[in-house]
Amino acid sequence: MTHADLQQIKERELAGRKKMVLRCCMAAGCMSLDSKGIKERLEKALAEAGLHNDVEVIGVGCMKLCCAGPLVQADPDGPLYTNVTAENAPSIIAAIKGGRSALEQADPQSPFFTQQQSIVLANSGLIDPERIEAYIAVDGYTALLNALTELDPKGVVETLVSSGLRGRGGAGFPTGLKWGTVAKSPGAKKYIICNADEGDPGAFMDRSVLESDPHSILEGMAIAAYAVGADQGFIYVRAEYPLAISRLQTAIKQAKRLGILGSGIFESPFNFNIDLRIGAGAFVCGEETALMASVEGKRGTPRPRPPFPAESGLWGCPTLINNVETLANIAPILRHGAEWFAGIGTLRSKGTKVFALAGKIQNTGLIEVPMGTPLRTIVETMGGGAPDGRQIKAVQTGGPSGGCIPAQHLDIPVDYESLTTLGSIMGSGGMIVMDDSTRMVDVARFFMEFCMDESCGKCIPCRAGTVQMHHLLEKILARKATARDLAKLEDLCDMVKHTSLCGLGQTAPNPVVSTLRFFRHEYEELLQDEAADPNAAGHDTAASPVTPAI
Amino acid sequence: MYQSISASDKRFKILEAHIKKSQHRQDALIEMLHKAQELFGFLGNDVLRYVAWQLKLPASRVYGVATFYHFFTLKPQGAHTCVVCLGTACYVKGANQILAAVEEHAHIKAGDTTPDRQLSLLTARCIGACGIAPAVVYDDVVTPRQTPESTLQHVRKWVAP
Repeated sequence: MTHADLQQIKERELAGRKKMVLRCCMAAGCMSLDSKGIKERLEKALAEAGLHNDVEVIGVGCMKLCCAGPLVQADPDGPLYTNVTAENAPSIIAAIKGGRSALEQADPQSPFFTQQQSIVLANSGLIDPERIEAYIAVDGYTALLNALTELDPKGVVETLVSSGLRGRGGAGFPTGLKWGTVAKSPGAKKYIICNADEGDPGAFMDRSVLESDPHSILEGMAIAAYAVGADQGFIYVRAEYPLAISRLQTAIKQAKRLGILGSGIFESPFNFNIDLRIGAGAFVCGEETALMASVEGKRGTPRPRPPFPAESGLWGCPTLINNVETLANIAPILRHGAEWFAGIGTLRSKGTKVFALAGKIQNTGLIEVPMGTPLRTIVETMGGGAPDGRQIKAVQTGGPSGGCIPAQHLDIPVDYESLTTLGSIMGSGGMIVMDDSTRMVDVARFFMEFCMDESCGKCIPCRAGTVQMHHLLEKILARKATARDLAKLEDLCDMVKHTSLCGLGQTAPNPVVSTLRFFRHEYEELLQDEAADPNAAGHDTAASPVTPAI
Repeated sequence: MYQSISASDKRFKILEAHIKKSQHRQDALIEMLHKAQELFGFLGNDVLRYVAWQLKLPASRVYGVATFYHFFTLKPQGAHTCVVCLGTACYVKGANQILAAVEEHAHIKAGDTTPDRQLSLLTARCIGACGIAPAVVYDDVVTPRQTPESTLQHVRKWVAP
């Protein structure tokens, strides 16, 4: 495979394209509403109308407006049909012929679409994720080719450093710095891991990227491997995403067939292979040391750091672990240059961020916006606010490790530092909108139950602390708690945060702490008077009837 | 003993082929358990012991991994499954009411199977279908925007009240 070969595939692909393309969303959300059947009916209707020589129907990745799926759009900027059913197929075809269609449509010029800036999702909803030729036709794999032929590994790391890209998994560690550390670590064998164990409930960005543009992840991983000197990569993807798994398998097979993965890639001495590792439903495996244990086929329990994976990771070898979205940014950065990327976003948070917008909001779906976009723009202008005439009460970011941002702070710019000042975190990109019917204590209890169930049990503060905190929240919700219980809860939050082994325990109190900070009155309204509490006289009311799982 | 098992049950033969293909690598344990569950529907003691023997791992290690991950089940499942997603987006849109409705109708708790082995009621942490919340998975088919009523309509086909 050479530059000329890539070019040839691209030209052949573009030449084979028909005059008009009907794109049909084939991501998991729309697939559950029979978008496959819709695609078949569209093809049949095309043939019946005698248009099959001019028009083709292709299955594409996520078209973003998930709440109105299944979605079908005629290229290039034709009408975007929403809530399509198989019965609508003839009507869509008739509209192509010039007839008017009475079908439901979304306005591609609405803020939901126009306020987006696509880097990670640039190909999402536009190309067929199951064909490598479609990815090559949009200049896919040219970034890898250029890196291999024109840059040395050091040059790639330097580009990443000057782009200012930070890890999209949540913590925001500078990606270039991480790559540089792994590159400098001594060792003949190094590994790359793509963390696709998207465990935060309410987050589906990584799923959408994997389903919509799997080759961009393979390309990002190959570039990373070249930069740090690794020859083996793993994609750790959760078992709950069968469609993402099958598309990754297809993509890896295709890339191997073309010699883009394997030995002597692009006729260079660079070798790189990727294997899939399927998770088995453990939230803690999103933590990097737990994830590595799981890749090795063990129980996914974390271990103390240092040593960091960059020095001693998989089987004791230096290992680079990056999140899906981080890796999806790599090829565009190399293609367009570090300065281009650094020109987007804010001073300390560069580029864009993908969010999964869900919950009590009109437009649920996938959005990608420049860092620093005000939260209000996202939830009100793009998301359309709360449905049924209700008011937005809070926006939850960062899943069980994050917090709730109350409505009065909606003007905050969304970047790593600003969200931290409000006690939440950027997280991986789940954004759940809550309206005035949501009880915040219940939300805190929901996340605590999650952390309690998902605690791996290795360290006591997390294993026993989450059980106790959950019990106290249940007690508050049952209106059986007193001010002493609330004080106990706050103490426990502090203790679990500072003494847990890994990120799961250290951040488990966050939903409680952040709801207490902004919605303390909701807790206090549920409290009982001390006097009315039979246990108040000297007894420790937090002593739980639940035996802690020590 | 294990040779005779694989001779009598074709599923063990298929599992053995997969283990061979992975070159009996011990780090492939989770993959092999996935495969085994796909073949047998659940991971019984005989299956766990067989995998341990094939990968030359202590049975305790295999049991430890099988019980650590939520995806693996050590009990046989019912003929049909109903998985209620309890992710945040589904939860704020009333997934817990859906779950309660099914629990009441089928007289079982989440994680259990009806005595006639017709229905297993399960919950999921998040299936990533937040755009179409609340979602319920009936026999591996993700179904969007469910209500307690629409869920009961599905479940009634499998479990009489």
